[in-house]
Amino acid sequence: MEYEAIIGLEVHVQANTATKMFCACPNNFGSEPNTNVCPICLGYPGVLPTPNREAINKTVLAGLMLNCEIPEFSKFDRKAYWYPDMPKNYQITQYDLPFCIDGKVLVEGKALTGELEPKYIGITRIHLEEDVGKSTHAGTYTGVDYNRAGVPLMEIVSEPDMRTADEAWAYLTALRQTMQYAGVGNCDMEKGQMRCDVNISVRPVGQKEFNTKTEIKNLNSIKSVHASIDYEIERQIEMLENNEEFKQQTRGWNEASQETYVMREKEDAHDYRYFPEPDLMPVVLTADKVAEIKEKMPETPAAKRARFVEELGLPAYDAQVLCLEKATADWYETAVATGADPKKVSNWIMTELLRELSDAGLSINECPITPENLGELLGLIDKKVINGRIAKEVFAEMFKTGDAPGKIVKDKGLEQVTDTSAISEFVIQAIDNNEKAVGEYLAGKETALNFLVGQVMRFSRGKANPNLAQEALKEELAKRG
Amino acid sequence: MAKLSAKPVAGSIAGAAVQLATGDITAVALVEGIYSRYEEVDDEVKGYLQINKEKALVAAAESDARRAAGNTLSAYDGVPIAIKDNISVDGETCGCASKLLEGYTATYDATVVQKLKAQGFIPMGRTNMDEFAMGSSTENSAYQQTRNPANTDHVPGGSSGGSAAVVAAGEAIAALGSDTGGSIRQPAGFCGVVGLKPTYGRVSRFGLVAFASSLDQIGPVTHTVEDAAILLDMIAGKDQLDSTSIPDVECNLAASLKGADVKGMKVGLPKEFFEIDVLNDEVKAKVEAVRDQLEAAGAELVEVSLPNLEYAVSVYYVIATAEASSNLSRFDGIRYGARVEKTKDVKDIYYLTREAGFGDEVKRRIILGTYVLSSGYYDAYYLRAQKARTLIRQDFEAAFEQCDVILGPIAPAPAFKLGEISDPLQMYLSDIYTISVNLAGNCAISVPAGETESGLPVGVQFIGDSLQEEKILKAAQFVEQQQAQQGD
Repeated sequence: MEYEAIIGLEVHVQANTATKMFCACPNNFGSEPNTNVCPICLGYPGVLPTPNREAINKTVLAGLMLNCEIPEFSKFDRKAYWYPDMPKNYQITQYDLPFCIDGKVLVEGKALTGELEPKYIGITRIHLEEDVGKSTHAGTYTGVDYNRAGVPLMEIVSEPDMRTADEAWAYLTALRQTMQYAGVGNCDMEKGQMRCDVNISVRPVGQKEFNTKTEIKNLNSIKSVHASIDYEIERQIEMLENNEEFKQQTRGWNEASQETYVMREKEDAHDYRYFPEPDLMPVVLTADKVAEIKEKMPETPAAKRARFVEELGLPAYDAQVLCLEKATADWYETAVATGADPKKVSNWIMTELLRELSDAGLSINECPITPENLGELLGLIDKKVINGRIAKEVFAEMFKTGDAPGKIVKDKGLEQVTDTSAISEFVIQAIDNNEKAVGEYLAGKETALNFLVGQVMRFSRGKANPNLAQEALKEELAKRG
Repeated sequence: MAKLSAKPVAGSIAGAAVQLATGDITAVALVEGIYSRYEEVDDEVKGYLQINKEKALVAAAESDARRAAGNTLSAYDGVPIAIKDNISVDGETCGCASKLLEGYTATYDATVVQKLKAQGFIPMGRTNMDEFAMGSSTENSAYQQTRNPANTDHVPGGSSGGSAAVVAAGEAIAALGSDTGGSIRQPAGFCGVVGLKPTYGRVSRFGLVAFASSLDQIGPVTHTVEDAAILLDMIAGKDQLDSTSIPDVECNLAASLKGADVKGMKVGLPKEFFEIDVLNDEVKAKVEAVRDQLEAAGAELVEVSLPNLEYAVSVYYVIATAEASSNLSRFDGIRYGARVEKTKDVKDIYYLTREAGFGDEVKRRIILGTYVLSSGYYDAYYLRAQKARTLIRQDFEAAFEQCDVILGPIAPAPAFKLGEISDPLQMYLSDIYTISVNLAGNCAISVPAGETESGLPVGVQFIGDSLQEEKILKAAQFVEQQQAQQGD
């Protein structure tokens, strides 16, 4: 029998605001434990929350980027949940009237293991809530760091629209990309800035209704989301084939064994006792206010990819790679703005720059080469000041020193030799030192010429214009033939 | 029994301001005066949970120095004020008269305290209350039983019983209380002082330990109507730290009271107020007497109706307990307050700490509130109660189209004896005249209107529409003047 998986994701993204959701403490990862805290985020007696406008605006912006509707009327609610890392033992969140509803995001192109047909994944809602503290267990004691408590957290809930691990991978990648484009979240999963829970069930193809679902938690990378889905699809198919009974479960992901395991079954489901937060007024987002946010909305990744293909003539794959991070796309566009050929710039970034950055462990923002300088380098090639081989050498030097290519070429005397008298000197040296090759060429072996051109380049230490060198060689050999 | 009612040193806030200005008294002398009265009577009244004389004296000396240098913060610089134990004062206990918060010291000033300090007021003493403001007699304090200074066999009312008692006994010039369902007005009425519950949102709640967030308001307990106006002028205003506070509105109430009268004021009398069968005859007679005095002074009497009044108690005990069950969930022994030791896991810490820390009434309300919010019951209780609340609010809106203020009793009867009411439901019903005001978000004031034959104070209540404190203060001032004339 053929099966299909039904996959929906719940993704939490910390908004990268200056301060926390309901108090003035810094929203800052990596500080000493319990230093970014105050009576409000510690839930001291008598304190009240004050909503962070920046967090609301960023959530709305995220929603607009994901093609959501922004209802005029939203509110906050309280969700009862008892745990020491939840200072008030309730979380301020949004229950039935979130800031964003009914969105969608496009997934397409190369995924982790295959190629995806373009497809929209529906977004049910995005709501804003406060993050909890972080518990660390040591022996019989537990320590709690409340620095994270109260950090604004967007929860993005998808429709059950995904069918494969690749689609989930692409959806998550697209979300992260969108958050970064919008500048609303850094989405570093290792820092917990983006967290993902997977809801998944499997059914025979053709069946209309959904089977009992499983929720997978503790996923700390996009890769483990992919792996856990593949694992779970196989596990569930096997259960179906064996006619095993399904219970609604929450399962964890064991990174070491690459398996899911049972965390709890539905019997222990919580009663969250939601009710409207009486300490906060409902939030009204007028059409004007939403329009104001929309005005500042950056281009979405999908729109940018489409533009790169249509206006700059890039292949879809190039556009996908360049647009993966907004900073790379911006870097690319700045380089193209110098007048360089868009495809050539793309080639340089994809083959040279990204590799160098990855080897050096740097992000594009830390790149020692400026995009203007790459444009200048391509100009030097076009104007035949240097040839392609020298250009790679110059590029390596630029990456090492951050110097402009013109300066490097000049300092190192790397200008291409186009002076024919200078070239003929190298040609004669090449001929005199390679009797065998000369003999072969004269005997009719055309490929021997390539070898001799290489020799000219060697004697000129790479600076000779290869075309001129070839012409001069032919001329000189003709004389000797 | 003993009768310990007395005027405090300087008589009132306004009186103290005059004497401080003329140099007849110093801030240090005010603090000394309050403290010596405390030493004299508080063993019997038991209105204070704690009073820090030395700290108050330091502040008083600073105030006197400012005055000598001509740098007073306001006319009231140097006036001590008692604070209910659920309002945060930096460096002082804020235990809400609960064992669970034993040992907790506040780390910040409530907005109202900050405002009072900025005017030179000196917070002096923490007043007793029903635990977490849940109760109508202060019998639910985990620490001590405050007595009514007018007759120490009787309760002072609650939950701000300590604030009302220390003011009535002359151990405080004025106090701050909080009113969630009548907790300022009813004890003020029982003890024979003035108590004002401002419009919801007029005073910041930041720093008030929440009982029921959508109902709580901080307000003054004072000897005079003018003092109530002075204090409200000081503490009112939009607060960035309280999203539910009302955007700034002018608040010059003390000034507006000068020479005011009630001529032409439309006084509404809700017929339902007088149909309640538990209404005591003496209380009813006092309200009627005030009604007649108002009419004689040129006020216009209007019969109005609050048809949904009968639902107020039920609605209140659903909404207030629901919010309380959530608000009090933070008291878990993890971060502050008392914690039961020798627990085996986290749940154990929660269960044992809360079992040992909360009193019966608090537990009863947490259980009730948890129940009404539970999945499957939410619609039937909480949602329904919110709809009924809207109807009650609309009743008041309709009534205020016909009148300026509403006159009524504060409680069906005068202060009852200690231990007299043991049935919680009967206790809840004693709030019938006050809680509808909290549900509607309106303002109301309790002002003394004489005594029963046995010498217990009886207060009457004026209810005003949202932000109409000026009107109820004027009406209350009229009653105060009438009482003064009768006393002469």
